[in-house]
Amino acid sequence: MRTIRTIFLAPSALAMLLLVAAPMGIVLIYSFLSRGVYGGIEWPLTLENWRRLADPLYLHILARTIALAAAATALCLVLGFPLALFISRAGPRKNLYLYLVILPFWTSFLVRTYAWMFLLRETGVINVVLMGLGLIREPLGMLYTPGAVLVGLVYGHLPFMVLPLYAALERLDRSLLEAAADLGARPWQAALRVLVPLAAPGIRAGSVLVFIPCLGAYLTPDLLGGSKTVMAGNLIQNQFTQARDWPFGSAAALALMAIILTLLVAWVRREKEPLL
Amino acid sequence: MGPVLELRQVSKAFGASRVVEEVSLEIPRGSFFSLLGPSGCGKTTTLRLVAGFERPDEGEIRLNGAPIGHLKPYERNVSTVFQNYALFPHLTVRGNIEFGLKRRPAGERARRVRKAIEMVRLEGKEDRKPSEISGGERQRVALARSLVVEPEVLLLDEPLAALDPALRKQMRAELKDLQRRTGISFLFVTHDQEEALALSDTIAVMRNGRIEQTGTPEEIYLRPRTRFVANFMGAMNWIDGAGVRPEAMRVMRGPAPSGVRWAQAEVTAAAFLGNLIHLEARLPDGACVTAEMSRLDGSFAPGERVTLWWRQQDELKFPDEPA
Repeated sequence: MRTIRTIFLAPSALAMLLLVAAPMGIVLIYSFLSRGVYGGIEWPLTLENWRRLADPLYLHILARTIALAAAATALCLVLGFPLALFISRAGPRKNLYLYLVILPFWTSFLVRTYAWMFLLRETGVINVVLMGLGLIREPLGMLYTPGAVLVGLVYGHLPFMVLPLYAALERLDRSLLEAAADLGARPWQAALRVLVPLAAPGIRAGSVLVFIPCLGAYLTPDLLGGSKTVMAGNLIQNQFTQARDWPFGSAAALALMAIILTLLVAWVRREKEPLL
Repeated sequence: MGPVLELRQVSKAFGASRVVEEVSLEIPRGSFFSLLGPSGCGKTTTLRLVAGFERPDEGEIRLNGAPIGHLKPYERNVSTVFQNYALFPHLTVRGNIEFGLKRRPAGERARRVRKAIEMVRLEGKEDRKPSEISGGERQRVALARSLVVEPEVLLLDEPLAALDPALRKQMRAELKDLQRRTGISFLFVTHDQEEALALSDTIAVMRNGRIEQTGTPEEIYLRPRTRFVANFMGAMNWIDGAGVRPEAMRVMRGPAPSGVRWAQAEVTAAAFLGNLIHLEARLPDGACVTAEMSRLDGSFAPGERVTLWWRQQDELKFPDEPA
């Protein structure tokens, strides 16, 4: 048995080692080295990269990143819960609706984010329509704002919230809601006292699946936020491209990972429930 | 005082299937009322109409004389014990029981929950989750959760069906006892005629969405108005168009006493069931007859020729119905 297990686990263990552990090790080492003149790395070893992370400029970006990711998660939950509830009760149409939820994945995320640019920019669809209707005179400056980034994050991650919520709600015994009504609970009370607690595993899973990728997002803030709404992901990307500061980029990437990990562990400890 | 619950000509259809048709019932205050019938006869739908989970297409439902057909489930002072109990899995026994008391002051809530827990003998299990207690205990939580809100009528949807037979008999006694002690009117849905006979003050037998007969257990069992009720309430021997219950069928050797109805028969099987003997016999015309007799009334072997006799008043006749 043990040998069979070893044989079957070996490929994935090897892949994890080569593709996850080794690069992480390299990044860790880089983060303690000095910046090369034309990119890359040079001696000597230094703690300077880690020290620089405490600069208010970067702390501000981190705070903005966490705030945007949290807001996107909350919005996904608020929008996704009714949708998941609706789908879980759609009877034979369930599969069609689920299909529609995952349909956007069939096109590239990049293309879909560009579509948002066409919608939001000053000469974009929304402004043209609103001006054509005479509702506004000047085009609204929607693109390159934190709001645009938030919209993009919510749009891109909504399915990751809807699917786990659907899985939790679909299993729910309808007679529990009847029992709640029978015992005098109005629909919104039944929702708060029965539906939400029983959907908690789905809420947890969906929140994690939305919050973590949002923390690391860089494409959405890059295209919809411009230079004004930089998130941690853009900062890290910048260090490896324009700034050519690989060691600092490495330190920032590891710091972001550490923060995510700490948040998750703290949450699991508090909730005493498995995360997913 | 009038009946606590009254249904007048209530009908309900789902699409083309007419599940409940012109059902009229009167449930006397403080009584144990059973809706009895085979599965699919509309008894559960009738219960759901009273609970408010379904709206009647026609007819009127009155609680204490006031129409409630238009009210939502949370606006009706009735409470349901569901067949699968529908306990809230995320709440403890206590949490389940106090669910319906959320708007009451904390002191009263605690007192009533404690009383309900004592009543169904769940002391010490207050902090368990439904998944951590036995089937019988879950049943009692469901009962306590509904009784604690002091409903005008407690609706029970086959509450004993999920229990194993020994527990079912015990819970049956507890149910009857609870009903007596609380004085709350029970509307009990079941397909088990023995259960209905043992528990009820009044039984309404349903068939194909209609009430076939309403009466006391004795009336329903001893004086069924239709062949269907007669057959549904217990085993029946049909001899020359008259029905005779197996326990009314007597068996003896030699000629029958005078003044009774009788028939010659040959014993085909005799099963010893402990408290009684179940005898099967064949009449000369080939019809099979069963008799239930005390073991004290002698024993008979297969192949033996016997005399079957019964009193004329034990015959059930349905002249209006074709055989």
